[in-house]
Amino acid sequence: MAAQYELLKELLNSGTKLSFGQDFFFKFYQAFILKDRWLQYISGVGTTLLVTALALALGVVLGSMVAMVRVTHDQQRPGHKNPVLGFFNAVCQVYTTIIRGTPMMVQLLIMSMVIFANSRNFTMVGALTLGINSGAYVSEIIRGGLMAVDPGQMEAGRSLGLNYMTTMVVIIIPQAIRAVLPALGNEFIVLLKDTSLITTIGGKELLYAAQGIMNRTYEAMFPLLGVAGIYLILVMLFTWLLSKFERRLAQSDR
Amino acid sequence: MTANTHEKILEVRGLTKTYGGVKKRGAKKADPTLDVLKGIDLDIYRGDVVCLIGPSGCGKSTFLRCLNRLEIPTSGSIKFEGVEVDEAHIDAVRQKMGMVFQHFNLFPHLTVKKNLELAPNLLKLKDKAAISARADELLARVGLADKADVYPKSLSGGQQQRIAIARALAMDPDVILFDEPTSALDPEMVGEVLELMKELAHTGITMLVVTHEMGFAREVSNRVIFIDDGKIQEDEPPQELFTNPKHPRLQAFLSKML
Repeated sequence: MAAQYELLKELLNSGTKLSFGQDFFFKFYQAFILKDRWLQYISGVGTTLLVTALALALGVVLGSMVAMVRVTHDQQRPGHKNPVLGFFNAVCQVYTTIIRGTPMMVQLLIMSMVIFANSRNFTMVGALTLGINSGAYVSEIIRGGLMAVDPGQMEAGRSLGLNYMTTMVVIIIPQAIRAVLPALGNEFIVLLKDTSLITTIGGKELLYAAQGIMNRTYEAMFPLLGVAGIYLILVMLFTWLLSKFERRLAQSDR
Repeated sequence: MTANTHEKILEVRGLTKTYGGVKKRGAKKADPTLDVLKGIDLDIYRGDVVCLIGPSGCGKSTFLRCLNRLEIPTSGSIKFEGVEVDEAHIDAVRQKMGMVFQHFNLFPHLTVKKNLELAPNLLKLKDKAAISARADELLARVGLADKADVYPKSLSGGQQQRIAIARALAMDPDVILFDEPTSALDPEMVGEVLELMKELAHTGITMLVVTHEMGFAREVSNRVIFIDDGKIQEDEPPQELFTNPKHPRLQAFLSKML
């Protein structure tokens, strides 16, 4: 294959026009195989998965905390509001409003060029930004799930002498998680694809690898199509895994 | 059956409950108010089986839910075994005051037996083995020992309600509150639940039952309380109340029910 590539390269240099098949092979080889470039895609996938995992973990932790604060605040009796909780609720509302009200791209640029202007670790800054962004959406998903649990469940837990927190943790949250799992899975997939945005601030993930190769070969089609294919395969894989996981959880319901 | 002792277990004084009247943020004025309970005084003695009857919307469920603070009373005091039922004591009070709901409210993500064991385990009332043994015993008592490891969804309404009663009993309460326990059941399942409650009444546990089952009230309770217009209108043994109703509203109510 390498010999074939060298031959075609010489033909091209001497001004010969390549046939479609030769052209296809030449560009494909250049985009994926020459100088072991496929390794760059692999390491890009690794970074993409790492950033997704970090952002997801941060998003779920942040989102759960925000959802808990907001639901607990909303469930207080009228006229008996806790001022500390009211403060945290206000903070949470400001957070979700700002994050959901501004484009992710702008958030990424602000984080990398304003807030962490001195950091060179663009990948981690990207993961942090994605996590903070995702947390705002996850909080709304979880809040919806918590509110969808029958109020009778809280009453049943409390009437057995369990306090509010214990009832939340052992009775309400497990039921809420089951209800929101499809929506959380969707958020996870959105997040996986949104990691490509961190390329713009220099995060070294999959699309970044493709861009590097494009700049060297002046050839866009194969790197971009390759990257699209890899994302598609990843998303299909995780969709399949999530549906399996959901079916496992649903077994206890019947 | 008469109350075998005269130890006061519940003491209610001047209980009122008003809904609404709260000015919500952004609203021009406060919600209109609705006085559901207008001053209720009641003593319950250990071993009493009390049925609360009355027309819909008379406040009998609200009253029951005030007793364990699922509804917060507007004013008045409730004492349970000498302890004021307030925010500070509520979890301790509820451990000794079981509740059975109209819609069962079993925990759907736990098996039947786990439903029974959950609260005793979390509150460390006994050691794990004793709690498990007690759960098995209760499941046998409600006739559902074979359902220990299934999820509540697969049970009929009557079976779910019997599990809910077993769950309340697993806490070894001194009082059980029943909030219309048979109202959500298909007619053919009402009997099995009433039968279990009847057995329970014979064990001497104190029961407060909001119900529309006049036959049950007449047969099982030792006191029947008629609530209307947010007040207790009559509080008599069932023979007296059903055969010789004094209050005109009770007469009208009974003529419709019987």
